[in-house]
Amino acid sequence: MKNNRSLSIFFWIVPLAFLGIFYFYPLGSILKLSLARSEAGLLTPFIEAFTSASVRRVVGFTFWQALLSTLLTLLLGLPGAYLFARYNFRGKSILRAISGVPFVMPTLVVAAGFSALLGPNGWVNIGLMKIFNLADPPIEFLHTLVAILAAHVFYNTTIVLRMVGDFWSHLDPRLGKAALVLGANRWSVFKEVSLPLLAPVILAAGLLVFIFDFTSFGVILILGGPHFATLEVEIFYQTISLFNLPLAAVLSVLQLGCTLLMTILYTRLSTRVTQPLNLQAKRHTQSKLSTWRQKIIATGISVLLLIILTTPLLALAGRSVTSLGVINSREGSLAPGLTLAFYQELGINRQESLFYVPPITAIGISLAYAGATVLLALSMGLPAAWALARDRKSPLNRILDPLIMLPLGTSAVTLGLGFIIALAHPPLDLRTSPLLIPIAHTLVAFPFVVRSLTPALQSIQPRLRHAAAVLGASPRQVIRHIDLPIIGRSLLVAATFAFTISLGEFGATSLLSRPEYPTVPVVIYRLLSRPGALNYGQALALSTILMIFATVGMLAIERFRIADVGEF
Amino acid sequence: MKTKNILLGIFFIFVIVACAPKGPETLTVMTHDSFAISESILTAFEQEHNIKVQFIEAGDTGTAVNKAALAKDKPLADVFYGVDNTFLSRALNEGIFDVYESPLLADIPDEFKLDPQNRALPVDFGDVCLNYEVAYFQENNLTPPQNLEDLLKPEYAGLLAVENPATSSPGLAFLFATVAHFGEDGYLDFWRGLVENDLKVVNDWETAYYNEFSQWGGTRPIVVSYGSSPPFEVIFAEEPIDEPPTAAVIGTGSCFRQIEFVGILSGTANRRLAELWIDFMLSPTFQEDIPLQMYVFPVNANAQLDETFQEYLAIPDEPAFLPPADIATHREEWINAWTELVLR
Repeated sequence: MKNNRSLSIFFWIVPLAFLGIFYFYPLGSILKLSLARSEAGLLTPFIEAFTSASVRRVVGFTFWQALLSTLLTLLLGLPGAYLFARYNFRGKSILRAISGVPFVMPTLVVAAGFSALLGPNGWVNIGLMKIFNLADPPIEFLHTLVAILAAHVFYNTTIVLRMVGDFWSHLDPRLGKAALVLGANRWSVFKEVSLPLLAPVILAAGLLVFIFDFTSFGVILILGGPHFATLEVEIFYQTISLFNLPLAAVLSVLQLGCTLLMTILYTRLSTRVTQPLNLQAKRHTQSKLSTWRQKIIATGISVLLLIILTTPLLALAGRSVTSLGVINSREGSLAPGLTLAFYQELGINRQESLFYVPPITAIGISLAYAGATVLLALSMGLPAAWALARDRKSPLNRILDPLIMLPLGTSAVTLGLGFIIALAHPPLDLRTSPLLIPIAHTLVAFPFVVRSLTPALQSIQPRLRHAAAVLGASPRQVIRHIDLPIIGRSLLVAATFAFTISLGEFGATSLLSRPEYPTVPVVIYRLLSRPGALNYGQALALSTILMIFATVGMLAIERFRIADVGEF
Repeated sequence: MKTKNILLGIFFIFVIVACAPKGPETLTVMTHDSFAISESILTAFEQEHNIKVQFIEAGDTGTAVNKAALAKDKPLADVFYGVDNTFLSRALNEGIFDVYESPLLADIPDEFKLDPQNRALPVDFGDVCLNYEVAYFQENNLTPPQNLEDLLKPEYAGLLAVENPATSSPGLAFLFATVAHFGEDGYLDFWRGLVENDLKVVNDWETAYYNEFSQWGGTRPIVVSYGSSPPFEVIFAEEPIDEPPTAAVIGTGSCFRQIEFVGILSGTANRRLAELWIDFMLSPTFQEDIPLQMYVFPVNANAQLDETFQEYLAIPDEPAFLPPADIATHREEWINAWTELVLR
């Protein structure tokens, strides 16, 4: 037991050092400095925040929309996860890859996609107006709560699909079959057998989705509009617009507190429901679609997923090859003129600007950052997950487990300013270093990596390890021949998350960046912030290119096998 | 063994980097995220003075000013360009700039010099103005609005989209225009009228311009944008056009002028290079490069404008003006009052 504990501490050293230097230290510095700026004493901003009706309203709305969004995301994600876990069918890997694309798309672009689809001059409204001869667009979508929820589902369903789907695919279907034989119906099999076994991973995925929605910024700002504000939006406003750092710090602490609370709740629940399982290789758990019933269900789920996850993107891609002059004609047209002008323009540095980069270079820069993030996030997350999974109940792990979720719940604006004041002195003078970008991305990816890996690691039967040890295997051999093969798939899931988080992250506002090395999202924002058809069209074209690269990237990760580990 | 080799390799790279021969001196320039410059004029500057210029982007104007303020003890760069008159007081109160009396200030009209001590030196200006879609008003036989008061007329009901001043820089500038034009006692009445006339508010310029504005897929033919947007609709048209499809409303007091400043960050070790850079930014070479790179306009009276601008750019004779100190004092109060009235 003692040995186990010291091993645990050993595993924690590197990830904790990383979090300490690049997360807790900058965060602590900025909070301290911000609160010190309060002229009326330390307590005043706290009193101001906790007695303010508008802050209460913001916190209430933040919780409410996050809860609704998470439930809806689970509602769509769980049937999809079931489909991916239990059946093999044609187009499955491409469907899986596509489901991850929303994750990398910048919010402004997604908003443009939703607008092209459901906006006042979007294709749906124009179609309905034509068919039913209406004078006004019948659907009001943008700047409603529905738009916020739809965008959150659109972004986060992939989390449920991947985390739950992967775990589910290793559950032994014979358990359910046995129950069926014993007379249970399908629903009670799901409720009594599958659900309890899946509970830890559903909770883990639900928590990540919840925290993502809870700290939502771009979606609220752009698709929600000015009538909605989350804590993150309020922190941004207090920091940037008013420079009221004390109040912003209190709100940041409040947001962190909520994140911590949710995480502790999760930890409690999940230790209660986790049990070691006999995980099975996928070839034993998945079958072809054989009956009509299965085919219909599979088709239904796939179509639903495709509609929700791809239509905004397709609308966007459609616009990128559409002559924009036609859109603006008020008659509206469903079959506008096609053009490749925007794609051609991407390759031209018309203004001979110093900061222009061709799209292929921007993609290269994005891929380099994403690759660095994958490596860094896995090398920090793997040992942490290992330590957590080995002994969940040790005092050290009980304290550290909730803490690793904190980076996700941290306001990007606050942490960005923290970097500036904390990382200012050698040997850590990284403020203007390009290294800071993969480091910042890793902070976001780290909780995903840990959460993807722990359920699989925990499910490993301790007696497998013991048996190997008794038979003379060294700890390293145990890891190599027992642990690694079992978590191989989860490792890929974790890598995919790190990759997509980095590819889509738009850190330019919170970090300092080198304008000569812009990532794809940065170039898209640059184009979108200028007037003129060519600029707008190019932003859409580059977004489409990003979409295609993200799909290809995810397909590549899916095919990737870690050395000869393969599946057991 | 392998690990050892790798460590040795890393060590050697460090040694090589540390001992590399000293090249030209490096000047670090921090900017907001709209900064851009032609490669050719920068290269010429670098060669002339044997300097390497390193740029750092620090986010939008407000974010960049905050970063400069927080990094005051150990400045992020030698020079900071991009603070505008809506954030000028914050920058000056935080004491991030040193005084620099550039000889080129002589070529810049006094109306742009908002800091009498010359810590922040004006570089460029742009006007936030109402834009309208020309075709909409022609097709509907409507006269386009000429000034702010016109927006209250019933025939313009449901036509206007503006940005939220709490989250958007042009939105804030437009709010300031109404405060300057109608006075502190009158601006809220004007906004009340706009709300009754079915005003649409969104959070950012991108959404207002590309989602709400009827020119680009929305339903509102009047939008708060920049005075420079119409000429850029010509320059960046999908296919060459002769007339801009949009126009700016430049009636008395209906536009708010944003002036952007540059300054030497206190504590720099490269004062001489910083001065060279500022003189370069104020010189006609850089000033004439500004419009096509950054969509704003030179303050140096000797700088010539490109043809497209001479033809299509409408510069208001009497833009609205508020002293930066007033902006600093009342910013929160005005935004909060606006939010209560318009959004609640």
